[in-house]
Formats: sequence, C-alpha cells, structure tokens
Amino acid sequence: MGRIMNTRKILYQYGYHRCPDQDRASPARHSVIIVGAGPVGLCTAIDLAQRRIPVVLLDDADRIGEGSRGICYAKRTLEILDRLGVGNLCLEKGVTWKVGKVFQGNDLLYAFDLLPEDGHKMPAFINLQQYYLEHALVERAAALPNLEIRWCNKVVDLKHRNDGATLTVETPEGTYKFDTDWVVAADGARSPLRGMLGLAFQGEAFEDRFLIADVKMKGNFPPERWFWFDPPFHEGHSALLHKQPDDVWRIDLQLGRDANVKAEQAPERVIPRLRQMLGHDNFSLEWVSVYTFQCRRLERFVHGRVVFVGDAAHQVSPFGARGANSGIQDADNLAWKLAIVLKGEAPESLIESYNLERSAAADENIGHSTRSTDFIAPRSAQELRFRDATLALARHASFAKRMVNSGRLSMPSTYDTPLSTPDADSWSGSARLGAPLPDAPLHDQNGRPIWLLDAIGGEETILHVPNGTQPPKGSRVLVIGSDLFDNQGFFAQRFDASPGSTYLVRPDQHLAARWRHGTPSLLESASRRLRGFEGGHA
Amino acid sequence: MTALITESRLADPDRTYRALIEAHRGLSDEDSAALNSRLVLILANHIGEHSVLQEAIALAKQSMEPVEPASE
Repeated sequence: MGRIMNTRKILYQYGYHRCPDQDRASPARHSVIIVGAGPVGLCTAIDLAQRRIPVVLLDDADRIGEGSRGICYAKRTLEILDRLGVGNLCLEKGVTWKVGKVFQGNDLLYAFDLLPEDGHKMPAFINLQQYYLEHALVERAAALPNLEIRWCNKVVDLKHRNDGATLTVETPEGTYKFDTDWVVAADGARSPLRGMLGLAFQGEAFEDRFLIADVKMKGNFPPERWFWFDPPFHEGHSALLHKQPDDVWRIDLQLGRDANVKAEQAPERVIPRLRQMLGHDNFSLEWVSVYTFQCRRLERFVHGRVVFVGDAAHQVSPFGARGANSGIQDADNLAWKLAIVLKGEAPESLIESYNLERSAAADENIGHSTRSTDFIAPRSAQELRFRDATLALARHASFAKRMVNSGRLSMPSTYDTPLSTPDADSWSGSARLGAPLPDAPLHDQNGRPIWLLDAIGGEETILHVPNGTQPPKGSRVLVIGSDLFDNQGFFAQRFDASPGSTYLVRPDQHLAARWRHGTPSLLESASRRLRGFEGGHA
Repeated sequence: MTALITESRLADPDRTYRALIEAHRGLSDEDSAALNSRLVLILANHIGEHSVLQEAIALAKQSMEPVEPASE
C-alpha cells in the first residue's frame, strides 16, 4: 500500500556497524545479497542461511517502527515461519481467530467459520503486528552464523554482470562496492532496485482512500473479524475491525475518493468516528495512517541475476491479507532453488520456475484482491447497484451470500509447473499435485507425536507406504510404518495412501510427484525434474 | 459446456415480456435499475455457467453497437 502519512515511533533500534567489505582494496564477492529487511527479505535470508548458503542482508534503515501494518498470517505462511524457526513465537504472541462476521447497516448478514479441520499444527489465521514478526525474524537471523545483517546500508547503484551484479552501497561512513552472484530485491512496494533497473510496475490504482488505525482498548470483545458495509457509524462506506495482541484493535475505514487526507488523520476527526463505531470512548489511539492502494506487478520477477520478491515484485490491496502472506510464500519458493543452484545441484534455469510459479500466484492474488476491491469500493452508480443488490439478496438467497466479498482470505497456490511430474494414477484425499502438503499428526519411532511437516522440514523427501517390496532409494526417504507412524489415519486419508504409495516432496513442501507403485527410474526422473533438469533427463 | 441459446424457448414470449414490464411499472429509474440488478444476479446464478453469461454479455454489448446499413 502507498502510505500517505508515515510518522512512526521507533520500537526496535538496531545499530550500524562498519563491515570489513568497507575497508577492502578490491570489492568483496558474495553469493547472495538480499536488499530489504522486511518480513520477506528476512525470511529469504533465514531460509538460505538454514540451507548453509552465506547471506548478507542490507537495509537502508536501522529500526522497526510502530504501526501494525501486515497483521494477518495465514496457515501456510505460519507453516513456513515454523520451518524458519519463529512459528511457535508467532503462535504464542498472536491472536488465533477463525470467525468472521459481515454486517450491512446494523444487521448481521452472515458469519463464517474458517474452522480448520483437526490434525493440523497451524491454525487458519493469526493476527500479529508486523513489528513483532520482524523482530522475531531479526532475532532468529542473529542466531545464524552465516547470515549478516547490515543496517543503514542503502543500495544506490546496481550494475548487471554476466555472472552477477556489482552493488554500490551508501552508509553513514561513505559508500563502498561489492560483487555478488545473486541479488534478491525485497525492498518493498517502492523498490529502489526496480527503479534502478528501469522496470515498469503495471496494474490498476484505486482511488478510494482508507483510514487505518490501531486502537488500544480493554474489554471482553471476541477475537473475530467484523466487516461492515454501510454501517450506521460510517454511512455509505465500509469498515473493518480486527483484534491484535496487547488489546490492540485494527480498524480500517473507507473514506472515499475525495477525502481530505490530512484532516482525516487528525485525532479530533478520528476519535469521534471511532467513538461512534465502538459505542464508547474507553480507548486510546496508537497509530493512524491513510492509504490508497494498487494492484500491480512486474512483468517478470527475474532479471538476469536479480530476483524480485514480495511487494517489490507485486502489490495487492489489503483485502484478503495477501501482501505479507504471498511475499513470504515467494521467499519459500525462491530460497531452496537458489540454494541448490549455488551448490551446483541444479541448473541456473531452475530460477525461471520461480518466475513462473510465483507469477501465477501473483496473478491469482491480484485477481482476488481486485475483485474484493470492486465489491467493497464500487466505482460507478451501476457497480454500486450490483453491490447493494447482492447484499440485499444475501438475506434471502444463499447464492448471493457467496457473492458477498469482504476480502477472500489468502490461500496457498497450487503450482501448475514443469517441476511436477503429472499424475499417472488417480488420487482422492486433500493432497494435490503442486500444492503444499496437508499436514498430519504422526508418531516417530519412539512413540512421540510429530507433525508431518516438521518431519519433512526443508529437504527433498520421499514418503513411502510399504508393500513388502524394497523401499525406494533417494537422498531422504521416510517410510510410513517404520520412520513415521500414522496411528490416527490422517495421513492415509489426506494422501489417499495405500500399500506401495510413494510421494516425492519438494524442499518447499509442495507435492512434486506420486505413484501407486513407484519404480526407481520413475523416482529418479521425477527428482531430476523437480530440480529443473528438463523432462527429468540430464 | 452449454452455449447460449438464442432461439426462442418461451411458450408465450408476449406474456414473459409483459411480466418484465409489469415488474417495472410505477418504479422510478433508480428503483428500476435496482430491480434489474437483482434480476440479473438471480438469473446469472440460475444459468450457473460462467461461459454462457459471457456469451450473453457479448450479445448484449453487440446489440448496442451502431447498426451498419444493410448492403444488398
């Protein structure tokens, strides 16, 4: 989102340190430089470092400021954060929620329950201020010996080379240069790197302005997402209320096209509005900002050895929590590919599959987010009529309820990708080729409970259900019934498993291939294919 | 996949047309537009196929283009 006002208090302060690169006679050479220490840059850096790739992360600031910003983290994102070592922290601190209510005027139109089925480690959603996530990721990064964060290091120039790039970096003590094999641009919606490469950022800008406020209030309010169309306290517009940790509530108010940005942010304007909405004035205003938003993307996310991730690559409206979630899923997709390319275990062309898979995901997200915005902020009299007709019909007919769109909440993408080996057998269950594996509660050899996704971690893995024949060979094989035990039957059900079933899992936990009866040559070929050797052949 | 049917399917087209007229009689333009919006949504759901709706939209738009004089 493009913030219009942004004066934020400092919550966490980090320090600039002079680094040896600044004192070298000739430029240092790095494997991967990541630009931007937001959640997406941090996740990419941690993932690469966990994969034993040395990483330098540059940020032009040295602090995390107040303002909750991205607050909703979806199940798949939590699974990724868990693999990166901050999942429990997020769960402990975050507010877990699953009920949403949609109102029109004073009336409840309908309620939804994201009701996660049993047998998943992570809940459907948590709400957590972005600064808590960033702080947790910075702490995690500090614990990794091959990850270096350089605060107050601002990239001011980027030159492509055939085998990488040369960056010029400005610090409080002057500029220095270094070379790098790869650059990951995680430098946000206004990405200076995008500008340096002269890349167009195309899409749709929306004219409606929204007020965003964090309000502190104590009281017995349920942890639910409440969305209003045309509420009595804010006629003709929409409003959203969401609970965050520390008794902080996020409020989004649609202001319309012609709102006076400055006047709307003034406490004497904001507080009466909120008093009307909340029905009391037992609250304090923590943070307020006005934003507009865009839905747009780079045409390509990979430019030579420079790879764009998160908001630098694509921007969506906030409805549906698709910004931070899709960015962290970009990191999850890119890190393992970059790691095996750098280790020489995969061809460089594998990075093109990042472009393909995450472009499709970005289009999906932009599509959902644009459609939500059309519904929430109609642009013409007739658009408004269709919207209001849908809301009116929703009270009488279930089809119209399904059309009411107050934000379609982020779901992971199923990749239609050349890295998958097409199914030759038929399968039921909730596991889908190209999608992240559904989690399942299992037991290990010592009878201790273990989650399937924890058992898989971040390595390419073969899951095999024995049928009396020799188990398959691969770099890592987990056999159900000897390494992992499916006592409750969740695995069998979700994976439609039968004796002999074999599954090949990518390092980002997406399903790459499966067979009722896998042969060594089928497995070998699928493994090569998922590493980007075309058609599974050398 | 079904295609949009443009041959007449109505047993009594005059009566159907009349039903639409009656529904709108006495309404202001604004209320008429609101009623039509509801009808479109209800009927779109009844059709139930995105591609048929797309064809219907295309036909409606086509009929709004200026008519070329017929050349003989």
